[in-house]
Amino acid sequence: MTVVVRFGPVSARPGVRSLVVSSVLVVLAVLVGFVSLSRGAGWDPPSEVLGAFVGGGGSPVVVLQWRLPRVVAALVFGAGLGVSGAVFQNLTRNPLGSPDVIGLDAGAHTGALIVLTTLGGSALSLAGAALLGGLLAASVVLALAAGRSSGAGLRLVVVGVAVNAMLVALNSWIILRADLEVALAGAGWNAGSLNGVGWEDVGPALGVVVAVAVALVLLAPAIAQHDLGDGLAAGTGVELVRLRRLLVVVGAAASAVVTAVAGPILFVALAAPQIGRRLAGAAGTPLVPAAATGAVLLTTADLVARLAPAGRAVPVGVVTVVLGGLYLMALLAREVRTRW
Amino acid sequence: MRTEQARAAGLLAASAALLVAAVLVSLAAGAVPTPPGAVLDALRGRGDVGTVLTVRDLRVPRTLLAAAVGAALGVGGLLMQTVSRNPLAEPGLLGVTAGAGCALTVGVLLGAAASPAEQLALALVGAVAAAVVVLAVGGTSPLRTLLAGVALGLVLNGVSLGLRLATPPEVFDVYRFWSVGSLAGREQAPTTLPLVAIAVGLVAVVPLVRSLGTLALGDQVAAALGTRVGAVRVAASGLVALLAAAATALAGPIAFVGLLVPLVARWAARGSLALAVAFCLLAGPVVLIVADVLARVALPVGELPVAVVTAFVGGPVLILAVRRLARGEAR
Repeated sequence: MTVVVRFGPVSARPGVRSLVVSSVLVVLAVLVGFVSLSRGAGWDPPSEVLGAFVGGGGSPVVVLQWRLPRVVAALVFGAGLGVSGAVFQNLTRNPLGSPDVIGLDAGAHTGALIVLTTLGGSALSLAGAALLGGLLAASVVLALAAGRSSGAGLRLVVVGVAVNAMLVALNSWIILRADLEVALAGAGWNAGSLNGVGWEDVGPALGVVVAVAVALVLLAPAIAQHDLGDGLAAGTGVELVRLRRLLVVVGAAASAVVTAVAGPILFVALAAPQIGRRLAGAAGTPLVPAAATGAVLLTTADLVARLAPAGRAVPVGVVTVVLGGLYLMALLAREVRTRW
Repeated sequence: MRTEQARAAGLLAASAALLVAAVLVSLAAGAVPTPPGAVLDALRGRGDVGTVLTVRDLRVPRTLLAAAVGAALGVGGLLMQTVSRNPLAEPGLLGVTAGAGCALTVGVLLGAAASPAEQLALALVGAVAAAVVVLAVGGTSPLRTLLAGVALGLVLNGVSLGLRLATPPEVFDVYRFWSVGSLAGREQAPTTLPLVAIAVGLVAVVPLVRSLGTLALGDQVAAALGTRVGAVRVAASGLVALLAAAATALAGPIAFVGLLVPLVARWAARGSLALAVAFCLLAGPVVLIVADVLARVALPVGELPVAVVTAFVGGPVLILAVRRLARGEAR
């Protein structure tokens, strides 16, 4: 069963289940975010957190200036990573072809590090360099893995693993070479961390993610045709080459901006679209459930990371790597019998 | 046949010469470069006292460690590739060394890794557990096994890092190197037991070589030739775990050496497993010693972990191997 959603000239016909699942996921993400708001050294009662919002008690500075940016960042970045993953998985028609696997995140990190250590770097130049580095790494991996033979999907991943390993090595070399202060700043987001994210970081990233969302809404009809296969898409008037290029840039922008602010947060982009797809019972890899799942995953992972004893900051990237790696293992174990 | 033997002998001699050259460079290079003449003098205990101290007490042990770890990783990789008939199998990439490292970290946390023997036992348990999981998930596909190994390696390294960050820094200060493979300062730690384990593992490969060679022909042919397939496989896998665990206990997780070295060794040996083992014994130390020298001179101040160097050099090799494998499968 489907319903038609219209906003002016744009319309979509999502399945009812997809719509319900996405709404539930969004509510869940906000709830986890709220729980996260009440977590400091200990737990604050919900009334105090709510009070901080309406100005009736609690501690507005702590909740609104310290914790809220981090929670908003987790929600927005999670959604951005989920969308980016879904775009690339659609593009490569491969559940493993997500930006963290094909070297995009590591490349973005390299770009940001180079700017940070040589130019000092404003937020804008960092994001630009991250985008450039990510695009470069992803293009290299996609080109090296190209080929028609069997097992192309896995080859993409293994080439990605190799390029990733090189880039991660390069990144640690850059960090170790740099001056101590720069190195400390760089090492902070080496493992992907939301520690110390403030409003000034969240604002620009939020803008980019919204821009990506708008671009994807405009491209949605063409993406839907692309999902049906190259032949059908070209036959119904989709310019495939142009669409693919646009999608690579849009998908890369979403995950590069996250990497520029928080460092490489791995596996959200890999797992979120696949979990969202299964929950929504959809045929392709739909974008909205992917974004909602990504937001839930990252806020939850960040909450888990913050449960560590006070003063021992565990980067959220560590949590997502552990959870996502296990998910990837499960995915592989299940598909032993089916493909490849 | 004569030319084939001459070729093998020539290549072996060349590898040995490379090894000698690598050792000399390793003794000369460092924060304070030492000219070759001074190195030779220092080895005999003559010349400047500081130089003698640096060369004899720091660089010689470190070079020996690099040689031992390199040999263990190279031969371990070759064994693993032979047993699993998977050209991409490698203790580092398949998460086996990460398993050893993670077990060591957990052991330190529980206070169970006090003596070298306990550390080696922990590393061995971790290595075996990781290998079993990866091979079970990977099934028969080389690429999927590799992917499962990389995923498990990431998980285990993540767990290690998380545990390290969530506990007081003092607990892990000594053991930082287990998260990234490095040889810096390792000569000061007790190294006898892991070194003995590596030596035992390398010697134990010799009687296995003939039966392992028949495994390459397929299980049935091997059985028909009188090989006890199951027993040989278990013994060889045990050796892989022992070598990987001992190497990890010495230097932390180092990937790609076990991929790169056997690739070259098998090319040089042209199908003879005994020759391939010999090449691995020579080329493994060369690769790790050279990587360690690069690690020492890559930064203006301080050192790079050697695992960073091997990853950077090994990445292209993995891409090459995958593309060759894919071409072979497509044919």
